Amino acid sequence: MSGRLHIVQAGPAMSVQDRGRPGYRAQGLTVAGAMDEIALAEGAALLGQPAVLAAIEMAGSGGVFTADQDTRIALTGAVMAASINGNAVVWNASHLLPAGATLSIGGARNGSYGYLHLGGGVDIAPVMGSRASHLRAGVGQLLATGDTLPIGADTGTQVALTLTPENRFDGGVVRYVASMQTDDFDAATRARFAETTFKRDPRANRMGVRMGFDDAGFATGDALSIVSEVVVPGDIQIAGDGAPFVLMFECQTTGGYPRIGTVIPCDLPRIAQLQAGTPLRFEFVDLDMAVDLQTRHLNTLRALPGRVTPLVRDPASIRDLVGYQLISGAISATANPFEKES
Amino acid sequence: MSDWPKIRTVGLSGLLVTFAGAMSEPANRAALAFRAEIAAQDWPEVRESSCSLVSAFIEVDLASKPINTLAEKLRDLLATRDWFAAPLPAGRTLWHVPTVYGTDLAPQLEEAAALAGVDPDNAIAELSTAHVRVLTIGFAPGQPYMGELSETWNIPRQTELTGAVPPGSLVIAIKQLIIFTNTSPTGWRHIGQTAFRNFQQERATPFALSPGDELIFPSISRAEYDRILIQDTAGNGGATAEALG
Repeated sequence: MSGRLHIVQAGPAMSVQDRGRPGYRAQGLTVAGAMDEIALAEGAALLGQPAVLAAIEMAGSGGVFTADQDTRIALTGAVMAASINGNAVVWNASHLLPAGATLSIGGARNGSYGYLHLGGGVDIAPVMGSRASHLRAGVGQLLATGDTLPIGADTGTQVALTLTPENRFDGGVVRYVASMQTDDFDAATRARFAETTFKRDPRANRMGVRMGFDDAGFATGDALSIVSEVVVPGDIQIAGDGAPFVLMFECQTTGGYPRIGTVIPCDLPRIAQLQAGTPLRFEFVDLDMAVDLQTRHLNTLRALPGRVTPLVRDPASIRDLVGYQLISGAISATANPFEKES
Repeated sequence: MSDWPKIRTVGLSGLLVTFAGAMSEPANRAALAFRAEIAAQDWPEVRESSCSLVSAFIEVDLASKPINTLAEKLRDLLATRDWFAAPLPAGRTLWHVPTVYGTDLAPQLEEAAALAGVDPDNAIAELSTAHVRVLTIGFAPGQPYMGELSETWNIPRQTELTGAVPPGSLVIAIKQLIIFTNTSPTGWRHIGQTAFRNFQQERATPFALSPGDELIFPSISRAEYDRILIQDTAGNGGATAEALG
């Protein structure tokens, strides 16, 4: 039997996301999907399930949840204070959320987007082949207090697993390649762009992230004459005021502002997770280097399931130790622990 | 041979074939025809393809597929014909979309007419019989950019944005029309209101229009519009469609 997850209290910007909805660019709809694809893969690895399942993306802070059946969960992405029935639980780990227990998830500490994954995934009806919300396009919507989400059939049983997250929360450097309009910027402007340390502006959402800076803008000579052209996630668009805007997964399909370059896909989670005010630099790489970096990244994602380890807990730190059933869970030496009890 | 068409990379997302440096009818037609041929070729490495005004975008994972091989295939395909003289893709549709011009539903008709230098009645007479083509789809799901209108309508966008126009709004600037998909701010002037829905996600065919489709916006009364709103169950606002040859 599959259960339901109840949203007792919704955070400010929670939505259901998966790996997105490709195939509709020609009709004006971009992919959407999780802002931090690494977090999606980490959650899948922790729960031992395919990364195609949908999770709940939480921008800035989480919310309060209960499930009407025992449910495996995993928590990934930006670290948020989390507890089950008041007992703190570890981030970047999987846990059992017992039926009726209260899961509380607070504000993000080191990034912008946290993820709540469910064993079996969030099983809302797919729209055009995906469960991803595209908020700007009106596909799906922000989750609200009182919403109830169906939980998919869970084929796994393991919890209390953890992994060390890929580091992507401290800003630093992101790599970019030339875009079709890079040559429209003069060499001095391009050089200055690559030397500037930006700080993420407070203006950021699933459509894009604006970069703040102190000196002059990065305008082209004749931005207004540029014909509207295809936009892809990672494009660094220079808006009318000369400020760079890194376009993300709810960007438009085409746009009339020139692009000075395109952040390579493997560095987009780093852009997504920037907190307002965090410094960031853009480093130009050639296409060969970009292909190498992206290939390495995909190999890292593929290897994630092998990096999952048991969550070791110090019994002294468990506040309600006597509440734990320490014996009845023992397993017969002959039983196959992966076989489902019936 | 001129600089066009040009093949350029778009991040690691694919290659862009651009037919001109500015919007023109032949370049738009070339982009539509070339993209239709890309779709027909059905190359295994192509994830999807699309058109912007004067370009075709061929989406390929450049991290796993060699760029030069793909660029070579595109150059070979480009050399097979004069794409600027290519016919429009087959399977297109002509739509008649009933439209209320002006009134409180579309308050900027008079302003747009004044900028174009025609009186409002003549503006409606021209706009309601103009035959436009979907040049590209973008900005919002299924949202068409249509043109080109006569030089009369080469009017600029507003410098100040209109806070919000509703779904189905018909707006005008730079010899082009747009039907808005969702409530949205815009710098284009709101001259007509339709009950046409560009995008209905719950339908088997969620998108009404494709690039290359043609449209006419016949003028209807406010009473007729209200009747359509009550009776329309298809979400196309009383529009009729016929196949183009």
